Amino acid sequence: MFKHEKVERSATLLLVLSFIVVTIGGLVEIVPLFWLNNTIEKVKGMRPYTPLELAGRNIYIREGCYLCHSQMIRPFRDEVERYGHYSLAAESMYDHPFQWGSKRTGPDLARVGGKYSDQWHVQHLIDPRAVVPESVMPGYPFLARRELKYDDIADHLKTLRKLGVPYDDDMIANAKADLVAQASGEETEGLIKRYGKARWGSATEVKARDFGLDGPQKITEMDALVAYLQMLGTLVDFKTFDATDVENLR
Amino acid sequence: MSLTVRLVQMGLLGAGALLALFMAANAVDEVFAFHMWVFFAAAVLGLFYMARNTDFSGAQPAPKDDEYMDGVVKAGVIATVFWGVIGFTMGVYAASELAWPFLNMDYELLNFGRLRPVHTSAVIFAFGGNALIATSFYVVQRTNRTRLAFGNLAWFVFWGYQLFIVLAATGYVLGATQSREYAEPEWYVDLWLTIVWVAYFLVFFGTLIKRKVSHIYVANWFYLSFIVTIAMLHIGNNLALPVSLFGMKSYSLLSGAPDAITQWWYGHNAVGFFLTAGFLGMMYYFIPKQAQRPVYSYRLSIIHFWALIFIYIWAGPHHLHYTALPDWVQTLGMVMSVILWMPSWGGMINGLMTLSGAWDKLRTDPILRMMVIAVAFYGMSTFEGPMMAIKSVNALSHYTDWTVGHVHSGALGWVGMITMGSMYFLMPRLWNRERLYSHTLVSWHFWLATLGIVLYAASMWVSGIMQGLMWREYDDQGFLVYSFVETVEAMHPYYVIRALGGMLYLTGGLIMAYNFYMTAKGRVRASEAALAAAKA
Repeated sequence: MFKHEKVERSATLLLVLSFIVVTIGGLVEIVPLFWLNNTIEKVKGMRPYTPLELAGRNIYIREGCYLCHSQMIRPFRDEVERYGHYSLAAESMYDHPFQWGSKRTGPDLARVGGKYSDQWHVQHLIDPRAVVPESVMPGYPFLARRELKYDDIADHLKTLRKLGVPYDDDMIANAKADLVAQASGEETEGLIKRYGKARWGSATEVKARDFGLDGPQKITEMDALVAYLQMLGTLVDFKTFDATDVENLR
Repeated sequence: MSLTVRLVQMGLLGAGALLALFMAANAVDEVFAFHMWVFFAAAVLGLFYMARNTDFSGAQPAPKDDEYMDGVVKAGVIATVFWGVIGFTMGVYAASELAWPFLNMDYELLNFGRLRPVHTSAVIFAFGGNALIATSFYVVQRTNRTRLAFGNLAWFVFWGYQLFIVLAATGYVLGATQSREYAEPEWYVDLWLTIVWVAYFLVFFGTLIKRKVSHIYVANWFYLSFIVTIAMLHIGNNLALPVSLFGMKSYSLLSGAPDAITQWWYGHNAVGFFLTAGFLGMMYYFIPKQAQRPVYSYRLSIIHFWALIFIYIWAGPHHLHYTALPDWVQTLGMVMSVILWMPSWGGMINGLMTLSGAWDKLRTDPILRMMVIAVAFYGMSTFEGPMMAIKSVNALSHYTDWTVGHVHSGALGWVGMITMGSMYFLMPRLWNRERLYSHTLVSWHFWLATLGIVLYAASMWVSGIMQGLMWREYDDQGFLVYSFVETVEAMHPYYVIRALGGMLYLTGGLIMAYNFYMTAKGRVRASEAALAAAKA
């Protein structure tokens, strides 16, 4: 008969046994997700972020937006009516890291793309209470003042490619040019060829314009953040998605 | 300690300083450059201090093995009180920003999104972490009758940990974050913490190995499993690829759903092991000591130890109910979370019943009162947690302030109270004082903190459940009744009450700091000195 006393008299035994005990739960719950192919649905339309959207996403992370805004619509009647189709795992498959959030001090943003005008976003970010008097959101006027730093944006794409995001050589070579094109809305053929609807089958076309409304030549952090917000949740083509398909039941 | 060891240590510090200088010179962004300068300054200061305190003639006096190393515990007590006050203050400020948003000042360094991680890290890792390190060093020496292992490595753990806190907090306000809740620091700060944590493990485990008693006391089981599991979680959750070796930004190895479950495997067990197992170690030493009663049930401590550490790990998915995480993981996480109620209450019962035959002490001993209410709050929040992990309850509570209230009844009630009780126990003993400066002030602290928690938890229950219900309310035509912002507006009074609760709790913390300062100075409050003399 095994006596617990043995463990109480051997530090090494205590260490080894307690380590084994604490690994099991994680192994059972996490590891299978990498093998089970129904963890992520098969959908049409998901493409990697454009360089400008990626830069905007990094600002979203830097400012801690995820602390008050979720990006995960649950499959409830009220949420679907309020925010749109419930979120799919596929929609965050290129999100390193995920931004599902855990708290809604403000509304969910998973499908905020296209819901408001650029003008509204810029005004709201500069002074939230000018647009929504009851809001408790902080103001971010400094985003409109600060020029976006994007000299190393190609390195960001390269890093993400190593992690499995499908950026090709062409996208990496043209990262800076694509960023400038999207933020100005000028000479966008290359951008659309690389990230467009035709290539990825997305529900909406890549948007390219002066998102921050500060002149097409000036690229601010506001341009990048608004570009990111305006594409959130707009990629998957739900016309081709059948939620009741056995493949998509999880 | 021999001169050679000392010289090797100084060599390592020098090499560290040079490496930091090299990294700073090549940095691609300002935050990274600033942090490398911080590293450099810390290494140089350390080197300078060591050089001044080394006897180069080779005659280092070796400390006796039966002499406890309490200097580092004293430093830890000071750090705990200091970071506690800072962390509570940050919490009050962040809570006030939600009640009165003008406090964000439109200024990036003060906005809620950047201050919130400063608050959470300051209370969890700075206040809680220092309390855990200090008490574990105190307890492991007493219960094993031996000095801490590996010479001054314990001091490296202490200062290395403070450096981690400074890097993390300054990083958040300057915009360096991985956006992983309670694991926000960027890759190079994570690497630094890994080094410090390995050193911490070596000191603790080394002390257990060279113990002078044959049996390992139960408090040490909890401390050991906390140290080991946090190492596993920290490494597992922070796997990331930096964009440049000379820049702060990194991208996480995993994405989407697998990344989410990894984060909450970490996140929930930061609660389970950092804020629970470690503090149970504290409970198992300080409550019996203060009550002068043995632990209620030895058998129960064995059962609840193994059950707790086994089951906690499974509970992470309840943070992701009804999300795009596969349903089987959610259900499994829910079931295990409900089961977790039992081992949690095993610990609560063992803590509370230790007072059997000593309940009368609650009337006269405010420190014991603090420890006991901590265990009561532990019991309450470990009932609330499993309940909220049930999917249909979670459908209402998730994304609302109910979660925030739940966390705080655990953090302020359990973690805060057991820590502060333990600090009150340690202060007079470490500073060789006969008693604390004032027991009346401990009573004041107790009541202010308790009242603060009640205001906090009650206001968050109301606002959370109210908001959850408002979000899903339909009128008889089948339309949603409330726009989102109407629910925000309805929260205002509760945000004010919550901030007020936080202020009370902070006031208690300030009273503790004052009481502590006067105790360290060797003073006894005039009215209580007379009383003590009369009793004696």
